Amino acid sequence: MTPRALWKDLAVLAALALYAVPFFWQALTSLKPEAELMVLPPLWPSRLTWEHYQVVLERSPMLRALGNSLGVGAITTALSLGLGAAAAYGLARFPVPGKGALLLALIAGTAFPQIATVSPLYLLVRALDLRDTWLALILANTSFALPLVIWLLAGFLRDVPAELEEAAAVDGAGPVRAFRWVVLPLLAPGLASSALLTFLLSWNEFLFAYTFTATEASRTAPVALALFPGVFEVPWGDIAAASMLASLPPVALVVGLQRYLVRGLLAGALRE
Amino acid sequence: MSAPPRAGVPAGRGASARAGGDPGAAARRRHRRRRRQGLLLVAPALIVLAALTAYPTLWVLWLSLQRRIPIFGIERFEGLGNFVFLAGDPRFWNAVRVTLGFAVASVGLELVGGLAVALMLRGQRVGRRAAISLLLLSWALPSVVTAKLFEWLFNPTAGLVNFALGGAALNWLGDPALALPGVIVADAWRTLPFVALLCYARLATIPPAIYEAAQMDGAGALATFWRITLPLSRQILLIAVLFRTLDALRAFDVMFILTGGGPAGTTETLTVYAYRSLFQTLQLGLGSAVGVAVFALVMAVAWGYLRALRREGLTA
Repeated sequence: MTPRALWKDLAVLAALALYAVPFFWQALTSLKPEAELMVLPPLWPSRLTWEHYQVVLERSPMLRALGNSLGVGAITTALSLGLGAAAAYGLARFPVPGKGALLLALIAGTAFPQIATVSPLYLLVRALDLRDTWLALILANTSFALPLVIWLLAGFLRDVPAELEEAAAVDGAGPVRAFRWVVLPLLAPGLASSALLTFLLSWNEFLFAYTFTATEASRTAPVALALFPGVFEVPWGDIAAASMLASLPPVALVVGLQRYLVRGLLAGALRE
Repeated sequence: MSAPPRAGVPAGRGASARAGGDPGAAARRRHRRRRRQGLLLVAPALIVLAALTAYPTLWVLWLSLQRRIPIFGIERFEGLGNFVFLAGDPRFWNAVRVTLGFAVASVGLELVGGLAVALMLRGQRVGRRAAISLLLLSWALPSVVTAKLFEWLFNPTAGLVNFALGGAALNWLGDPALALPGVIVADAWRTLPFVALLCYARLATIPPAIYEAAQMDGAGALATFWRITLPLSRQILLIAVLFRTLDALRAFDVMFILTGGGPAGTTETLTVYAYRSLFQTLQLGLGSAVGVAVFALVMAVAWGYLRALRREGLTA
């Protein structure tokens, strides 16, 4: 086919920018002076101000919540990848009995509705005295991230030739050393994709975080945003600023690490 | 790769030499050792999943058979009482209707929109990265942020939607006729990029020669779409439908925050009903029963789709 004309490419970019308008509108709202929030038109405010961000950072628990989200997300990702890489390696390369059933259970695991397990997990969290802790969220998030990670990594492992490990085994390397020195370097891009998706899942998770937390000590960014305090009227500007802060890491990942994100997304869906 | 075939490796030098000349026994030993190593590798993840998914699943089934209202100190076994109650509960059947309506409408929007975006993106040369960034932006945002964006867009006095409609004064999220469509649009906005990306990836693998041949045969744009693009995208669309339907059936965040299930229950999905029973009216048994219903619905749909995909020749 003949290459497309430049104006068509630009038109597509414009259409996609239009699609993202809900986000840009919130960004603009977060910079509008308080007095101009509830008046429309005009679309563009008379001046831009950082005052909403100041309010959110200084007088709301958002900063603490962002820290909680970051911590929970990082530990969930590390835990899921550690457990998931070992399990995927075992399933992909070793004669594990009941492999087919396990893989099927893992697919079922990725479709698992969290609303079905939220009540027993809540009782469990309470019984173990884990309410309002990071650990409760890390465990809950790992429970739904882990099947996806195993599934993704088992798929990526299929692209790593097994002959290399066999050669390493012949040279006397055990499975741990073979994994560390032969497989890991080749699996790195797959691990990066899985890590990105896990972190995003954890960052965006709401139901468990809303149910298992009680105070600023463990509330994540989405929970803090959902519970954003308003005394008499809804503080739209502050909420917009808080939304922008809660969106920063996902947006940075989409823009900065797009290649790995797209790879992971496609692998999850196409590897069957 | 010039490595020996796999079957040749088990009786490799070290093993057969030490086994005293019986390669069969050595291979069996090696197989047992590999099986043990494999189980050791898989075990930690399985233990975690057993504790955090399988065990709670059995527990929720048990809970759903109980009448359990902690604040009144009620805790007793009730058999299928909760399910019998739900079978005659208009609120439950309303939630089933809302859930199915929501799923069908939002997945439908995503499929049509996603395929359209993929067709637009195909052949993009200038700013492809920027285009994908703009597209994936809405997918990557936390769902709570999406809900807040649309709450503001749908604001009756200062919302961009009413402004775009020429100064309409519609109360989107407060009107029983408009709330569900509003929620559906918000959810579709968030998840359409996933479908678009899948379709885009599929379209990129269709050889241009097919289109050139069609062009040569004088096929128009419409005929090309119906006769070539759509049939070749069939499998990926089925996979997208599977993933997205399962997600839509268990969706919770957007409606919970945008409308909380209101007005008048018009956006109360099964998940919202379950949540409100569990943590607002504190009926742990009843809420768990609704949760089990969601679980059964998701698994039934997954099973149905997997059968359909298998018929398509996909080993999903």
